[in-house]
Amino acid sequence: MIRVTLPAHLRKLAHVDGEVKLEVDGQVTQRAVLDALEARYPMLRGTIRDQVTQKRRAFVRFFACQEDLSHEPPDAPLPDAVATGAEPFMIVGAIAGG
Amino acid sequence: MSGVRVLVGTRKGAFILTSDGKREKWDVSGPHFAGWEMYHLKGSPADPNRIYASQSSSWFGQIIQRSDDGGRTWHQPGTPPGEPTTTPDGMPKGESNNFVYDTSPETGKPLTTHQWYDGTPHPWEFKRVWHLEPSLTDPNTVYAGVEDAALFRSTDGGKTWQELAGLRGHGTGPAWQPGAGGMCLHTILLDPSDPNRIFIAISSAGAFRTDDAGKTWRPINRGLHSLYIPDPTAEVGHCVHRIAMHRSRPGVLFMQKHWDVMRSDNAGESWQEISGNLPTDFGFPIEVHAHEPNTIYVVPIKSDSEHFPPDGKLRVYRSRTGGNEWEPLTKGLPQSDCYVNVLRDAMAVDSLDECGMYFGTTGGQVYASANGGDSWAPIVRDLPAVVSVEVQTLP
Repeated sequence: MIRVTLPAHLRKLAHVDGEVKLEVDGQVTQRAVLDALEARYPMLRGTIRDQVTQKRRAFVRFFACQEDLSHEPPDAPLPDAVATGAEPFMIVGAIAGG
Repeated sequence: MSGVRVLVGTRKGAFILTSDGKREKWDVSGPHFAGWEMYHLKGSPADPNRIYASQSSSWFGQIIQRSDDGGRTWHQPGTPPGEPTTTPDGMPKGESNNFVYDTSPETGKPLTTHQWYDGTPHPWEFKRVWHLEPSLTDPNTVYAGVEDAALFRSTDGGKTWQELAGLRGHGTGPAWQPGAGGMCLHTILLDPSDPNRIFIAISSAGAFRTDDAGKTWRPINRGLHSLYIPDPTAEVGHCVHRIAMHRSRPGVLFMQKHWDVMRSDNAGESWQEISGNLPTDFGFPIEVHAHEPNTIYVVPIKSDSEHFPPDGKLRVYRSRTGGNEWEPLTKGLPQSDCYVNVLRDAMAVDSLDECGMYFGTTGGQVYASANGGDSWAPIVRDLPAVVSVEVQTLP
């Protein structure tokens, strides 16, 4: 069970409160988690990754275990603590502005 | 009793303002989609309960919202509230925010680049929907003007979108350049007398027309004169801010260009300047009176570097002669220390017997006139910066 936290605007779009819990088959990577998230909540397609390129949107960040994983390759394994559900995979709207 | 519903898009959400036919007392609903940039909301002429809205954010991209009950409730098309978001076999019901440029060989000229600000080729990248134009006859058909400039159409109520690629592919597309606000397709006019004819405008490419329902397009910029491009009379490159028409006379077009107010009497084949005695001919919106095809309105703005009214006076200018002779309309509008702007999609008219007019400002005011502009009063004063204003006249 993977735990995912979403920014408030995306929780509202997806009609969820609090963390999202997902089952991910196979290796737990950024791509696998986002694929599972978008399959469950299609209204989030395009809000985290570009619809066409599948690249992370510029003002979205991925954090876990006190680390910024935004620039990790999408197919790199996520930390064991995320894969086991001990820690959430955090999708964060970047601070932008003053 | 008849009434009006004013749809207001702002930098931080949407608001719906409703009133009866007197247009004196207003009910304010919102913010809807709080915190999101609401570039445009527009109701279907064929079904006033059907409203489309463009919701976007620099963080999370583009969302399309739809209401089927006059703005009381909203959903992303394809995923009605309370229903599963996928079909029984796990497929999403719609891809309402999926705007993918058509690069297929079938378009004849698949395009991959336009010009960047420095003149270098730049890939076409979808950024947001600036304008939604519902069909005049079918509530499920709606057009979307997007940045980077392209025209999309949905025929399933906004669930899926297909590009009308003949516009970008007609030949001049690789030469288009963005204006300061981005390379946006911001105006879509559907000809009520000819379902095959559509006019669109792009900043800063110019105006274009199709006569075959969007398959083929051509520039209609003859007569425009723009000193900010190397060839002031070039076929494309003009920063058209807005075009308007009266539905009874669709061959007559009025244009607010970056500078210059223009008129065409032959469906855009050629244009003449009608700035006349305006204090400045820079501005963004232009509108036509609901019942008087020769009565038009603009909001003069001082300059392209000072985006506020001349002399700190917010004045709508009206011409009852189709241009050239203009009169300021000031009653009820601030006539000192006013430094707001009125953006291109932020003015609208209703079609009640005495034509109502509405416009929103970057200072968050929405002004209304129930007498064709003779006098004005604010409906609301303190919204976020207003990006768009549309009005529905309700039975």
